[in-house]
Amino acid sequence: MNKKTNTEQGYWRLVWRQFRRNRLSVVGLLILGLLTLVAVAAPFLANDVPVYMVKGGKSYWFPNVISYQELEAANFYSTAMRWTPGEGEYALRPPIPFSPRNQMLLDNKRGPSAKHWLGTDDRGRSVAARIVWGSRISLSVGFIAEGISVLVGIFLGALAGYYGGRTDALIMRLIEVVMCFPAFFLILALVALLPPSIFTVMFALGLLGWPGIARLVRGEFLKLRESQFALAAKASGLGDARIIFRHLAPNAMAPVLVSATFGVAGAILTESALSFLGFGVPPPTASWGELLSQSQHLVGSGIWWLVVFPGLAIFATVTAFNLVGEGLRDAMDPRLRQ
Amino acid sequence: MTPLLEVKDLRMHFPVRKGVFSRVCGAVRAVDGVSFSIEAGKTLSLVGESGSGKTTTGRALLRLIEPTGGQVLFAGQDVTKAGKEDLRVLRKQMQIIFQDPFGSLNPRMTVFNMLSEILQVHRIAPPTEWRGRVEELLRLVGLPQEAADRYPHEFSGGQRQRVGIARALAVEPKLIVADEPVSALDVSIQAQILNLLEELQERLGLAYLFIGHDLSVVRHISDEVAVMYLGKIVEIGPKERVFENPTHPYTRALLSAAPMAGAGPKHQRIVLQGDVPSPIAPPPGCAFHPRCPDARPECRELGPTLQKVSEGHRAACLVHAPEHQ
Repeated sequence: MNKKTNTEQGYWRLVWRQFRRNRLSVVGLLILGLLTLVAVAAPFLANDVPVYMVKGGKSYWFPNVISYQELEAANFYSTAMRWTPGEGEYALRPPIPFSPRNQMLLDNKRGPSAKHWLGTDDRGRSVAARIVWGSRISLSVGFIAEGISVLVGIFLGALAGYYGGRTDALIMRLIEVVMCFPAFFLILALVALLPPSIFTVMFALGLLGWPGIARLVRGEFLKLRESQFALAAKASGLGDARIIFRHLAPNAMAPVLVSATFGVAGAILTESALSFLGFGVPPPTASWGELLSQSQHLVGSGIWWLVVFPGLAIFATVTAFNLVGEGLRDAMDPRLRQ
Repeated sequence: MTPLLEVKDLRMHFPVRKGVFSRVCGAVRAVDGVSFSIEAGKTLSLVGESGSGKTTTGRALLRLIEPTGGQVLFAGQDVTKAGKEDLRVLRKQMQIIFQDPFGSLNPRMTVFNMLSEILQVHRIAPPTEWRGRVEELLRLVGLPQEAADRYPHEFSGGQRQRVGIARALAVEPKLIVADEPVSALDVSIQAQILNLLEELQERLGLAYLFIGHDLSVVRHISDEVAVMYLGKIVEIGPKERVFENPTHPYTRALLSAAPMAGAGPKHQRIVLQGDVPSPIAPPPGCAFHPRCPDARPECRELGPTLQKVSEGHRAACLVHAPEHQ
């Protein structure tokens, strides 16, 4: 008999079985998996430095992620794109042999071609490379911003629901205040005031996204604190912090997970909007919103690829998260259980 | 000898709120002046209908809910006035077993985690001894060692109740409030759990406050019995006296409703009229008078107090236990 099993696994297995029935959600999950893979493997997918190379009679494995001293000494890294292997030399390049920062000024504003799959922008940077690297920004902003929201939301929601009374009233009013602000403008203001960096964006998004989660957690806690196992924990002499975070919180996670999935999609969208307006991740870091913002003044001259491809990337990601969220919501809904 | 637990005039009123500003417009008198005491190693049962305040009494005396008034003395120490740290120490000596074996165990924790956490919080044993202690506790309640690594949903109802008992025993208490510990179980399992409770009482010298409505169970396990009606004790006394010589009409009705072996041909069922009145606005005088077959005019006005019927046996009835007997 396998030990350390079941409720945990049993419950999630049930959720998975239900989730699997929804084809669209499974597609969403696949897209997310692929996207994560792209983000993680970005240096292997779009890079001017080869994955494997032989130069000067010496072979190098993964110079794209490992920095070799003799290559650096020869100033190889800054000129890698233009380097062509000579006699007895060899280079295995990534499928997109450009880094997101390589400017090929002679090749600027080129449409999609065999060389530049998704075209180039007005400085001659490969759109494909920038989209691949931009996925890192989008995903990390999405996950970390939502992570902050979830932590704050669980903490405040748990306090409000568990203690009730004045604590509850205070936290609920705070939630209403935060919810009543036009979030986007508040984020704009915050990002404008704080030093521009990716962390500012994450922080600002995270600090405004928690009220929904807090309300969900509060509701769950109102129900859970009356449960017999909460009373039992209290009777056992356990402290409040332990009861709240070890006994009740794990039982309140299901709706939070669903909400967080939608939240990640929202955060990605807001980050793109911020970058589009020029308040997001500072250049030259590639991000999807920043690509779109470049297209702003170029789209009139027929440069459609700067709109379509990053737009598609945002659309696909957000849709995938929403599909997964919906699938999770349905899978966890006890009324739909058989 | 001072009793292990002495409850004096315990009251638990829940405010009833109304309107936008949550004005308090009344109170549910769930427990309204209850007094009793339990000797070490003995069992007192609280019986009564649903809504009579039995469960609330049990929870209020452990301060799982804050009582409105009265005193709870545990080994001479007032539980209602205990500070945070005192309360933690008191809870090491007073424990509770719940009715619902499905709701009283955290579904996301293994039995080992549940029990070792208690050992940790009360500093009963160092981490290296947790495994052994947990297995010992499980053996004590008749569960196999492997049960330690299982989650609650892997057990049957009776087994879960055993886990609940193990949890209560983990702190080595002197008193256990058993809140209808067998009413949610099959009859065959009920007997097993009751036998376990008796066996543990004998081995560990536990005192029980046994809350129940099944009179045959109560008769089996109690030393003393207290009958509650609308938040008050209407009759209290040693088991044999209450069962052989029920004095309060409510107790008589309860006993007549319970199927008893050897009740004989003169066993006659007293059927009460109507429902339990609202505890927000209990009837004036004796709260039982609207349903009482023996009610007299004065019962509408005078609230009876507990009067001695025989040694240790008291009842609150103007008719059957008048003040100057």
